[in-house]
Amino acid sequence: MARGGGGEGHRARYLPGDPRPPEGGPTSRILAPLRAEGARAVAVAVASTVVVLGVLGWSITRSANWPAVRDAFFNGLEFRETFPEIARRFLRNVAYFMVAEPFILAFALLLAVMRSLPGPVFFPIRAMAIVYTDFFRGVPTVLVVYILGFGVPALGLAGVPRDPGFWGVVALVLSYSAYVAEVYRAGIESVHPSQVAAARSLGLGRWPTLRYVVIPQAVRRVVPPLLNDFVALQKDTALVAFVVAAPEAFKMAQIQQAARFNFTPLLAAALMFLVITVPLTRTVDWLVARERRRREAGGGL
Amino acid sequence: MTADASGGAADGVALRLEGVRKSFGKLEVLKGIDLTVGEHEVICLIGASGSGKSTLLRCINLLEPVDAGRIFVHGEEITAPGVDVNRVRRRIGIVFQSFNLFPHMTVLRNITLAPIKALGLPKAEAEGRALALLERFGLADKKDEYPDRLSGGQQQRVAIVRALAMEPDIMLLDEVTSALDPELVAEVLSVIRELAEGGMTMLIATHEMAFARDIADRICFLDGGVILEEGPPERIFTEPREERTRRFLQRIIEAGRL
Ligand SMILES: Nc1ncnc2c1ncn2[C@@H]1O[C@H](COP(=O)(O)OP(=O)(O)OP(=O)(O)O)[C@@H](O)[C@H]1O
Ligand SMILES: [Mg+2]
Repeated sequence: MARGGGGEGHRARYLPGDPRPPEGGPTSRILAPLRAEGARAVAVAVASTVVVLGVLGWSITRSANWPAVRDAFFNGLEFRETFPEIARRFLRNVAYFMVAEPFILAFALLLAVMRSLPGPVFFPIRAMAIVYTDFFRGVPTVLVVYILGFGVPALGLAGVPRDPGFWGVVALVLSYSAYVAEVYRAGIESVHPSQVAAARSLGLGRWPTLRYVVIPQAVRRVVPPLLNDFVALQKDTALVAFVVAAPEAFKMAQIQQAARFNFTPLLAAALMFLVITVPLTRTVDWLVARERRRREAGGGL
Repeated sequence: MTADASGGAADGVALRLEGVRKSFGKLEVLKGIDLTVGEHEVICLIGASGSGKSTLLRCINLLEPVDAGRIFVHGEEITAPGVDVNRVRRRIGIVFQSFNLFPHMTVLRNITLAPIKALGLPKAEAEGRALALLERFGLADKKDEYPDRLSGGQQQRVAIVRALAMEPDIMLLDEVTSALDPELVAEVLSVIRELAEGGMTMLIATHEMAFARDIADRICFLDGGVILEEGPPERIFTEPREERTRRFLQRIIEAGRL
């Protein structure tokens, strides 16, 4: 994923306990033998994959129920007819995500900072942040989407947006901020107190210390779990479908499925989500692996 | 003990501690420390592990609040209520055993962060100051490196430069060579020696007795929560008056560190 190129992806995959991955440049002589070994591994992997998939495919398509399943879920004609519209609707899901995520990142950071404030003076602020995160982590997101998406517009308050889509996205922001705040908090707590002591001893105040010393280190450490929450959010944008009239990918797929008595549109929608979430997930794995390798290489302190 | 709270800077006293006490829970670490440090004076603080050397330095830097007693810097009481701790800390540099450089910043940024954000210096001026210091201590070529690419000795020298960039009146050094491999100790000690020659007022907690003997104007032996004995290095190391000082030095000699 990070390197592009399909063949690269295969070669980059290696088992723990293998020697270090072949990552040297094309001129590296030391790595050339390793690369030859890598080529053999790729060949074995390809062969094994072909055999396994072949057997699986053969037995599935041989089963008596296969034609019915195929026509209901993997219907080529239905797919061709519905996929373009669903893909177009998926842009809405992406838009929900793009609007919600920056607010989540900012609001969650605020919550995490509130929760990390020391001393008795800040007790009420800490308490508020704790109650907030406990509440929104404890309630199903879909419930929050329902309550806000149907509830707030129904109140008909003056000066308050009436669009259920707006409130659906607000619900996602409120709910996800609670999760992401916990991720940030773990990062903040992982920064060693001696870093704070060093900054304070130089005469930096509480805020500059947080801003320039603690938060940058904290955020760097939690990038992988943050991306995991990105993946979850991208999926949960489908929840907005429950309150909005204008269909996004999931709702559109449902409509098509009901109209055509065929489940293929739902699989088309699933495919759209996968297009986004799988690369994201792979990126997370890659980042985590890189981080672990760095730690094992044990640079510096 | 002079109770002269307003004693001005004119008396040549950089730092004065009066009856400083500090406990952690039930453990009373400092039981009334009295100490006067003159301007340009170099004092080495010696004492067994756990005797409270680090705690004392952290109290002076206000990283730990004192339970009782008063601390004056150039006649101004810094332990008084309502004192701006950030302003006080800008005048007192501290360097730690474990360097504590900011790992996500280059050497140059480590050094300029506080001058820019705490003193409000323009970036160009802060960098000029930092580069001059790096040059002086032979680190100019490291300015764009990240701390984890430096040796321990280089990291510790950068940490000293970082504190110096605030142009403090007093430097507190807390066992700055203890975390270093033996062959890296000398380069850090030579930096400290140069600071002493430049007239920097310093309070140095150290286990390097030979170094202390060489550099200190005065040695303070911390024991049982008080400064049990103090005096010029020649006297402390050759004819200590207190039995406990004698025994401490004996142990050091047996460990081959003097
Ligand atoms: N934050 C703290 N909380 C509780 N106890 C502490 C704390 N800091 C120090 N102490 C205790 O206070 C005592 C003095 O510690 P301190 O680090 O000042 O000693 P030291 O003279 O610097 O020792 P060393 O030579 O090993 O560095 C020790 O018993 C230590 O366990
Ligand atoms: Mg110590």
